Amino acid sequence: MKQFKGRPIAPGKACAEAVVTHGGFNTLASLQKALQFGDKKATCGDQSNPDLYGKELCGKALCLPQTIGSTTGGMVLYCACSMGRQPACMLFSKPIDSLAAAGAILADVWLDGVSMPVVDSLGDEFLEYIKDGMKISVEADGTVTVED
Amino acid sequence: MKLTEREQAILDGKEGETMAKVMKTLVMYGDAFGAERLVPVTSEYNHLVTSFGLKLIGPVYELMNKLIEAGALSTQKFSVDPRPVDPKVPANFLQKLIFNKFMYTKQDFYEGQLTTLGLKDKDAFTCACYLNEVGNTPKRGDILSWAESSAVVYANSVLGARCNRNSGIIDIMGSVAGVVPEFGLLTDEGRRASFVIEIKTEKKPEAQLLGSAIGMKVMEAVPYIKGLDKWLGTELDEATCTYLKDFGAATASNGAVGLYHIENLTPEAKDLGDSLILDGAEVYVIDDAELERVKASYPVIWKKPDARPKLCFMGCPHMTLEQLKSWTEKLEAALAESGNAKVTIPTVFTSAPAVLRAFEETEYAKRLEKIGVITSYICPLMYMNNPLCAKMPVITSSNKLRTYTTAKYMTDDEILKTITTK
Repeated sequence: MKQFKGRPIAPGKACAEAVVTHGGFNTLASLQKALQFGDKKATCGDQSNPDLYGKELCGKALCLPQTIGSTTGGMVLYCACSMGRQPACMLFSKPIDSLAAAGAILADVWLDGVSMPVVDSLGDEFLEYIKDGMKISVEADGTVTVED
Repeated sequence: MKLTEREQAILDGKEGETMAKVMKTLVMYGDAFGAERLVPVTSEYNHLVTSFGLKLIGPVYELMNKLIEAGALSTQKFSVDPRPVDPKVPANFLQKLIFNKFMYTKQDFYEGQLTTLGLKDKDAFTCACYLNEVGNTPKRGDILSWAESSAVVYANSVLGARCNRNSGIIDIMGSVAGVVPEFGLLTDEGRRASFVIEIKTEKKPEAQLLGSAIGMKVMEAVPYIKGLDKWLGTELDEATCTYLKDFGAATASNGAVGLYHIENLTPEAKDLGDSLILDGAEVYVIDDAELERVKASYPVIWKKPDARPKLCFMGCPHMTLEQLKSWTEKLEAALAESGNAKVTIPTVFTSAPAVLRAFEETEYAKRLEKIGVITSYICPLMYMNNPLCAKMPVITSSNKLRTYTTAKYMTDDEILKTITTK
């Protein structure tokens, strides 16, 4: 078991299995097909992301450095949250980027009853340590516990 | 964050629950990036990224309805990204059925919402809103609340305006409140470069390939590019601005670049030079071999990688008037050489409605039509985003379109050869 401490952007508790990308998470490329065509598992459709392509994202602890790509990114994330297809939590090794922050904040302010805790600044070591399938729990203060 | 009396009153609900949520969104957004205050939006117009009436983004329309019902409208008129469909663009029966009956069934409804919220005019649908013909061109130093990655990077880098890489929805929040949080690319410090890019190519680099290489390397950092003025010159003339439009779009979509500086060319680099470079900036050298390496790294995700293309899209971001004219000339010359009268693959050039109107007034329009090229105002990305179109072998010189769809990237020369020969 190992603990990491980050900064809560959208505070909350979550417990889920990790999916990990070491490259930037392209929100539009990853989620657009899943949202458009009713894929409840939110399978990643970004063919440029070998870490995540074809993997289920809904309900997982998405571990990433940051998000990249289209400025629809925050809107796409907001829609995923509204439709209940969001990751259980998003855990950033780096300080959060403006698009991901927008998605998390829009969901927090404008949607009732939606929970997607977001923690950033967990450090490069977090992303080096974490592997797909590891069990992760997140606390509201930004503490992330990884079970081997 | 320190708020003014008015901002605090709005946050406290003095202008209603919806305006309080708008202000809360902006305050939380600023807090996430250490902003100390909100600053007024000073551009004449805003630009929004969400242009498509896609049935499945219902949550966006619900949010827009909340704004409209509360009278929380945009304080600025705005342009918006391109429309998603155009009957002029080739589509088979099934594709038309999917576009009109399943995907974009909310288009009219959403355009009605946009009109109520503050749409500039019925033709203000383009990703290249800053082109002269469109008329949403911010001044240097203007504070913007824009979204659309290619427009934001152009406004920051080429025009010297100040805008963060805002997301869709956040864009209109700033315009409704009339303020945006001051952080990142709105600050002098946030506009300094943590990467130095040294261009050492033997020929003028392809704009979309160079932008891709830089975007994938620096991600969201600000790059300071040296050696590109050798190929582009030191003046922001029409041809150079066109190059930078395509270059910037690739940096923003293949990475997350919101601002770049080009030595001796872009406004802040001309004024401030090397003082824009942060201590300890990382150096990335780009030569012809590196560009070849990057191009070879793109996955070709067609079912049959060597399939004959069925469609060619040019204009992501939307083409300039100069591009429409120069491509007409290039195609005529290439067709004369190959002995074909028309393009050999269905080809669509996309541009802003206002640019297309200006093009129609030139003698080039008939010439382009004669050689079989279709012009359209659509967003190729929106066209491609369905399973039927995704299975089509489509080629493009847009690295943005390649990133988000199954389209295959080709250089301008490769496109020219492919669509003029059999």
